[in-house]
This record gives sequence, structure tokens and C-alpha cells, in this order.
Amino acid sequence: MNIHIKNGRLIDPHNGIDAKQDVFISDKHVVAIGSAPQGFVADQVIDAGGLIVIPGLVDVSARLREPGYEYRATLESEMDAAMAGGVTSLSCPPDTDPPLDEPGLVEMLKHRARLLNQARVFPVGALTYGLKGAELTEMIELTEAGCKAFGHADAPLIDTRVLMRAMQYAATFGYRVWMRPQDSYLARNGVAHDGEVSTRLGLPPIPVVAETTALATMLQLAQETGVKLHICRISSAAGVELIRAAKLAGLPVTCDVSMNHVHLTEMDIGFFDSNCHLMPPLRSLRDKAALRAGLCDGTIDAICSDHSPVDDDAKQLPFAEAEAGATGMELLLPLLLKWAEEDKVALPDALKRVTINPAQLLGVKMGHLSVGAHADVCVFDPKATWKVEPAVLKSQGKNTPFNGYTMQGRVRHTIVEGRLAYSL
Amino acid sequence: MNNPQLNKNGELQHLLTTEGLPVRILRDILDKAAGFVNVAEGHEIKKVPLLHGKSVFNIFFENSTRTRTTFEIAAKKLSADVVNLNIGSSSTSKGETLLDTVDNLCAMHADMFVVRHSTSGAAHLIAKHVAPSIHVINAGDGRHAHPTQALLDMFTIRHYKKEFHNLRVAIVGDVLHSRVARSQIHALTTLGVPEVRVVAPKTLLPSHVEKLGVQVYHDMAQGLKDVDVVMMLRLQNERMQGALLPSAQEYFKYYGLTQERLAQAKSDAIVMHPGPMNRGVEIDSSVADGAQSVILPQVTFGIAVRMAVMSTLAGAK
Repeated sequence: MNIHIKNGRLIDPHNGIDAKQDVFISDKHVVAIGSAPQGFVADQVIDAGGLIVIPGLVDVSARLREPGYEYRATLESEMDAAMAGGVTSLSCPPDTDPPLDEPGLVEMLKHRARLLNQARVFPVGALTYGLKGAELTEMIELTEAGCKAFGHADAPLIDTRVLMRAMQYAATFGYRVWMRPQDSYLARNGVAHDGEVSTRLGLPPIPVVAETTALATMLQLAQETGVKLHICRISSAAGVELIRAAKLAGLPVTCDVSMNHVHLTEMDIGFFDSNCHLMPPLRSLRDKAALRAGLCDGTIDAICSDHSPVDDDAKQLPFAEAEAGATGMELLLPLLLKWAEEDKVALPDALKRVTINPAQLLGVKMGHLSVGAHADVCVFDPKATWKVEPAVLKSQGKNTPFNGYTMQGRVRHTIVEGRLAYSL
Repeated sequence: MNNPQLNKNGELQHLLTTEGLPVRILRDILDKAAGFVNVAEGHEIKKVPLLHGKSVFNIFFENSTRTRTTFEIAAKKLSADVVNLNIGSSSTSKGETLLDTVDNLCAMHADMFVVRHSTSGAAHLIAKHVAPSIHVINAGDGRHAHPTQALLDMFTIRHYKKEFHNLRVAIVGDVLHSRVARSQIHALTTLGVPEVRVVAPKTLLPSHVEKLGVQVYHDMAQGLKDVDVVMMLRLQNERMQGALLPSAQEYFKYYGLTQERLAQAKSDAIVMHPGPMNRGVEIDSSVADGAQSVILPQVTFGIAVRMAVMSTLAGAK
């Protein structure tokens, strides 16, 4: 199958391209940029006039809810959502039921995803069995099954010796460890940032020190063990500062932030809007500003959707009882564009955060459109506006703090492995 | 964002919190309650037909005697039909969700819900969910709000002090876990009290409490100095387990209201408590039963204030 994407503005941050150039795809790969290779006959021509052509997005945190939570979402529904969001590679956290702690589970998940032939799925394996924080998983076997990193999702890992051993073991084989820093005791029962809003609404708080104490511990253990540590979903100004200092000191640490936290604060909770019940919690305006500054100076490497579909029954509850999480894959691109516009970040620079950078965090060869690269492409209309409504979203999870927002930027075509998988 | 308590005519549709309650509505409720108190101060409280034919459902997901009883009396004095449900022990323990329970009660033609729930925001959730003809009164949600308690406290203060604009008020105790304190603070600042203080150890104060418009004191003697009103909060026994306090004894020693400490306040200061009291923990019996205590009048006024709230809601178009 040969595809010719013509007349589009090609932005490939990795190769420093931002120009009107055609893309030629043949046999699952990019075969030429600019002019057609000799003898190229297109089976399919995509006219991208007025549109922007970029590498397919790489989302480092998207919960697919399989296995175990199929009432919230299925692989089918979430893969549709990925395609509609232009996400061609995604990484899913291990907090399924059972957790991704055995090679068989990972193989099954990868197999099911491959059958659907949509986004590529790169699971994060459980760092400990059952995410119980006690025994190490078989990381070598899990890696062979397809895991790209090991983490603990939102499950507590209280025993610091277990964490250190897990890091040592992972470091032995060069595996990446992905952790979300949150001290389980300081965050116990908490549902909202410890600040003005939680005080006003009487919501059990999660203080910033819950993030920073855990983060400081992780950074020291990373230094001690030499592991490649990735910090997931940083949420506070003080947390960004710790990572900035660690990077300056030469520690091989990386970091991502959820798109929700780039745009929202505790104030968005309003009158107990459970769509804003997220984990980590939405923090103050000052924290949001620091996260954006961290993105601009490269302290934060990637932006993810932190896609976490939740069923209505689990959201239609008083704020603290409602399940944390929001749907997000379909909003990742428009919200990235919104951030870039607001903070005057050049488009190629902004797009790095959702293409080449996350691909490098995963250690996969996606996220760029070099000749010979996998032909994963997203074509979007930067001017198209659309309203976020449950009926419009493909994800089975319809809950998002952005419900009712008008987004600018809409995916028109998504190509995975040289195959047009989605068109609008 | 729309104020979820008001209808499109600016009238009180639900009473969920004292925060953001327009001062005209607050004063109106106090004035209305004063009318009922005149009735109430006779030996017999006369029944009025303001809620005749209406059904008031008291749904309590958390135990309460005083609040539920005063709501029940208030509704009956207004000639409403009253149904009491203690849900803590029934539906939700069988797995029914909060809104399912509410839907079922709506199907029984409820006109007004009086809701108490252990989770902050429960009353807001219900108010957002029900049909516009139904009114919701928050009788306490988690740590968030207990507006009728705050209103009866305001009524009590006005009864004894006449004005708000010249008062110094101290709220003493476990502000962190207290929905009463939050509602009191908003009501006091809305009514124009120039100085509201909170007095507690740091473990019993929420972060950024000063942003609610209060001054923070950790020392009881300084906190009570020259105040006109002392509002005590209940200290629950389980606070000792959460590493918030070492012991009830030590708490009483530094934060308990004794005659000696009360002497720091103005000589005509009044002492209030939302009940139930822990004598010897947050308040000494000699103060609770003393000349400056208005704790029992608070309870009586509570009936009138709840009548005023219910009749105000029933009058909304």
C-alpha cells in the first residue's frame, strides 16, 4: 500500500522540519519526504492542503482498562479514541486487574491490541507482584513479552528497601523505572490539593510535601542505584524544582506532566466537580505556572493525556467518593495546541513533547518521520473547532473537566504502520 | 459559574452553604426566624400552615439526634408531612448509590430534602440532580458546611448582641474537621463582623485558613482577649488516634474553656457551642452551665431558624 500525503505543512520536530513538504509512504515505512521516489505510484492520495502533518502522537500514559475493568472501557473503544486523537503509540500503566505482573498478561494485551491493528501498545510492567510493593516481578521475561518500563502506577510502594532493590535490579539490565511520587501516609485519604479550595470545601487534602518527600527519596535512590528513573505526572512547583536540580546535577532522570495539570488548577473544582477529581490532584495557579515553566526549559520532557476512563456510576458521587481520572487521549492534541498558543511556544517545539520525547522515554523508534521510519502519521486541521461532548468522544469514558469546552485543532487522518486507520 | 443555591430570580432554591449566600437572603432568614421566635417564646409554639401539603424528607446518612429532631419539629410546626430516614443503616449498605436513593425518594413525591452525609459535597450533588421543584437543605456534609447551624448561631448572636459590625468573635477548637466552623466563618464575614478569630493548635487548622478571612491564634488567652462571642467546637475522641493531639487532658489544659480563660473575653461575652458538648474536654461544666452560656437558647432558636429556612425555600418560584 502506497500513500502520498500532499500539500500539507510537515512538522517533524526530531528532524527540524517545518515546511510544506509531501510525505510518501510505502510498505509500512516512510520512503521519501519532499519528492516522490522513482516509480512511486500512490494507491491513496491524502490532500493535506491547509492541514498539518506530524508524526503520530506518543502518549506515555493511557489507561485502556483491560484486563479487569471492561465496564469502564475496552481495548476496542480506547483504540478508537487513540485514532481519533492522532495517538499512534501509547504506554499503559500496569494497574489493571490483575496488574501487568506476568508475561502472559502482557502478551495477551499486546496480542489483542495487534489484532485491532490501531495504536501500538507499549505496556509498563508492574515493578512488584500484584503492585503490592513486596516482591519483584520477572522483569526480564516481562521485557521479552513487550514491557518498555516498570512502574507502580498509583499503587503505594511504601517499603523503601523494596524500591531500592527494584531499582538496582532494573539498573542491572538497563530497564527504566517509572514512578509517580506520592508519599502514601501524607496523602492518606486525600482527594484535593492542600490549599485554599480544599480548605473551603472541606475536602481531605494532599499536601505538596506528599509529592516532594517521595520524589526526594526516589531521586536519592536513583543516584545510588544508577537506574534510569522517569518521574510520572509531576504536579507541583516544588517538585519541578527538585527535578530541575537533579537534572543539573547530571542524574539520568526524566519527567512528564498530565495535560490536565498544564491547563487546570484547584479552582476548577468549583462546586465539587468530580470531573476534576484527578490523581495527582490539581494544584494551585502557582504550581501550574511552574509546570509550564518546566516544560519551556525542558525540565519536563513530555506531556501525556493521563487518559483514565471512568464510568458514570463511579463519577456521579460526592467528590471524595468519586473515582479519580478523566478521559483525555482525544483532547491531547488540541490541548497541546492551546498551551503552545498561550505560552507562545513554537509549534515544532511544543510537538516534541508528544512525539519524539515520549518515544525516547519509552525507548521506541517512533515519534519522527525520517526516511525509513515507521509510517505513523497524524494529519490535523489547526483551525477546526469542535465542542467536547460525550457523544463526540469515542472513548467509553465520557468524563473530562473539559466537557463543554470548545477545542481548536482536530485530527483528520491517522496513519499507523502505513495504513490509513482513521479519517474524519 | 452559577450560584447553585439560587434560582434564576435570585431566590434561595437550596440551602447548601453559607458561602456565597447574598447578605439580603441571610438577613431575611434571620428576620423571618425572629417572627417565629415570638411565636415560639410562648409555652406553646403555634402551628402555621406555610408548608401544608408538602412532604419533607429528612435523609440522614450520618447519625444525628439534635439536628434531625429540630428539623422535624420545624417542619411539623409548618404543617408539613415529615418522613425520617436513617439511611446509614439501610440502602447504601446494600450497594445503592446516593443518587439512586434520591431518585427513589423523588418518586415518592418529596418536596424538600434535608440531607446529612459524611462526605463533603453530597448536598451539592443532590441539589444538582433533583428536579427544579425540589429543594435541598444541607444538614451537614463532611467537613464542608452546616449552614442551618451557622444561621442559628448568627440568630443567637444577633439576639444577644443586636449588631454584627462591631463584634470580635473567636471560634475555638477543631476547625480542620468542622463543617460548623466553615459555615460560621462565611456567615460572620458576610454579615460584616470585622474580626473573626480561630484558636487552635496547628494540627487542628486547615492550611490557608487565613484566606477565609480569619485571624489565626494558637494561644487561647490571646485568642480570647476582648472578644464579644466565644464559639466552641466539639472535639471528637478519634482525633487522639490520628496523631493530631496527644490527649484530651492536654487539650483541655491548653484549649479548654474555663472560667479563668473566659475572663480574658469581654465581661458580657457570650459562650456558644453547637453540641453535643464534651464537658471537661473542650469546655468546663461551670462555663457550659454558667451565666454567659447561651447554649440552650441556641437549640430553641434552631427550630425557628429552620422554620425560616424551609418557608423561604417553599416561597421560591
